[in-house]
Amino acid sequence: MHYAAPTLTMGGKFFTMALGLLAFAAVVAVILLLAALAERRGGRRRVAWLFILPTVTLLVVGLIYPALRTMLRSLYNAAGTSFIGLDNYLTIFQSDDQLLVLRNTVLWVLVTPFVATAVGLLYAILVDGARGESIAKAMIFLPMAISFVGASIIWKFIYEYRQEGVPQIGLLNQVIVWLGGTPSQFLVGTPWNTFFLIVVMIWIQAGFAMTILSASIKAIPGEIVEAARLDGVGAVQMFRFVTLPSIRPSVVVVLTTIAIGCLKVFDIIRTMTGGAFGTSVVANEFYSQSFSAGNQGLGAALAVLLFVLVIPIVIYNIRQMRASESQR
Amino acid sequence: MTTTDIRTAQTTKTRPIASAAATAGGHLSSRWASLAAVVLAVAWTIPTFGLLITSIRPEAEIKSSGWWTFFTNPSFSLENYQAVLGGRGSDNISPSFVNSLVITVPAVLAPLLLAALAAYAFAWMDFRGRNVLFVAIFALQVVPIQVTLIPLLTLYVDLGISGTYWAVWLSHTMFALPLAVFLLHNFMREIPRELIEAARVDGAGHVTIFFRLMLPMLTPAIAAFGIYQFLWVWNDLLVALTFAGSSKNVAPMTVALFNLTGTRGSSWHLLSAGAFVSIIVPVIVFVALQRYFVRGLLAGSVKG
Repeated sequence: MHYAAPTLTMGGKFFTMALGLLAFAAVVAVILLLAALAERRGGRRRVAWLFILPTVTLLVVGLIYPALRTMLRSLYNAAGTSFIGLDNYLTIFQSDDQLLVLRNTVLWVLVTPFVATAVGLLYAILVDGARGESIAKAMIFLPMAISFVGASIIWKFIYEYRQEGVPQIGLLNQVIVWLGGTPSQFLVGTPWNTFFLIVVMIWIQAGFAMTILSASIKAIPGEIVEAARLDGVGAVQMFRFVTLPSIRPSVVVVLTTIAIGCLKVFDIIRTMTGGAFGTSVVANEFYSQSFSAGNQGLGAALAVLLFVLVIPIVIYNIRQMRASESQR
Repeated sequence: MTTTDIRTAQTTKTRPIASAAATAGGHLSSRWASLAAVVLAVAWTIPTFGLLITSIRPEAEIKSSGWWTFFTNPSFSLENYQAVLGGRGSDNISPSFVNSLVITVPAVLAPLLLAALAAYAFAWMDFRGRNVLFVAIFALQVVPIQVTLIPLLTLYVDLGISGTYWAVWLSHTMFALPLAVFLLHNFMREIPRELIEAARVDGAGHVTIFFRLMLPMLTPAIAAFGIYQFLWVWNDLLVALTFAGSSKNVAPMTVALFNLTGTRGSSWHLLSAGAFVSIIVPVIVFVALQRYFVRGLLAGSVKG
């Protein structure tokens, strides 16, 4: 399917990049030229259409058309030769393998947002106004700069297993040994291996939660807090009755955004276990079915399922974002 | 509709009543709070730190003892980095570093410029169907890229560009457009109408206004989205794997590392050094431009 191109030297690669940038600049230049001409002729509307033309074209070609094709493809069998209606969707909800995939996906979507948000919120409160706040926040935020693949390697190393009696090289097993236990293969034992994978996502997303919630907390009007203090409100009550209600829309935005990210999570699972040992989720299974198992019908159905699952969460997310903006 | 960014800037500039959170978090004895924060920060940093230490230890040491013994029994070596950056054979991932660079730069610039044009039209020009179209573009953020991959791959194969940079550039550009248009549109609407009007009165057309007025004023927005997109593309695995996965000429570092975990899954000496080489660029970008990245994040948290 992919042809083997001749080996490019580094110079060749940068030349190709320059070529790409030039081609793109040429397209933009043509658009602008036509727009300038149209404007002189008084064609205001034409200018507008010219400006949005590249974007609309790319979106139709790159998002709308493929999405429609995939939806259609999901109604056909593995080879794409016969129409089987909703059979692929039935498989997703009836076959044992696929039900396991669904179960894992639900675990990811339920556990990760709450734990990551809790950690992020706690940390945001702890360091708010402290000296060295930006450095402190940067340390939690740093995993967001690391690719999922990089994070997966880091954590795979932590989970590394050596037999009992042999020196451990994975941190987690070493801690367990220091505490008197026996080392275990965290990525193999179901169903806990999914949780060990989830830890990686929590590690990454806590920084995101912390950033958004920290900004949100700082936006709480000082008067409200002062008034509550004057009323003699304690720490926990302050949190429950002042802080949390004020930042609620942001909390929901964070929860839903992380949930959407978890629905799409692919890199972590693919890198750490390849989806084996019962760890696969919908996004990973889509890839496996489409490319490894050659069942593009089922793969397409999984992709459409992903789409359908994401929609309500995004709508809710956007509503909450609007609410949080208007509040501030 | 005020942008999240302006709000954030305002609130971080005016930190009057000390911090609401310090009082909202309540009367936590600040010593306990500091301790808890330190514990969390250390816990969050240890995983990366462990891999960093591992990458500068000799292979034999890595296989026989934990990285924490480095401090009691240091044994330092750069051979892992040499293997990963300069060695011969498939362990050398420096070609994929170049690929990452070549893939990322256009994939950041292209959607930025195209989205800026479109956002300008939506913000400042009047045409039929403007609102409907804008909502439609905004709504496209919902589409997960999984539903687009296979048909796009077929398209690229038919066009003969599968496995080349072009396939990856186009894909990243297309996927980034909905969010980019939305973000830039938000920022553009903050620009005072009077400035535009004044320029119009001076006889400037849309094209001139766009280049001379808009783009310079949009620099913070462009920086915010630019960095966000840079990190997204540099760290992406799925798009690169699908459209360029089997082409060593084009595959970026994420794919190279991914393959390394498959073929040399226990070669931690290579994986650690390789992972760090791939991490160092985004971390530098992130650390240097953190403020802009955070702004981008705050303004566009829908992307997920």
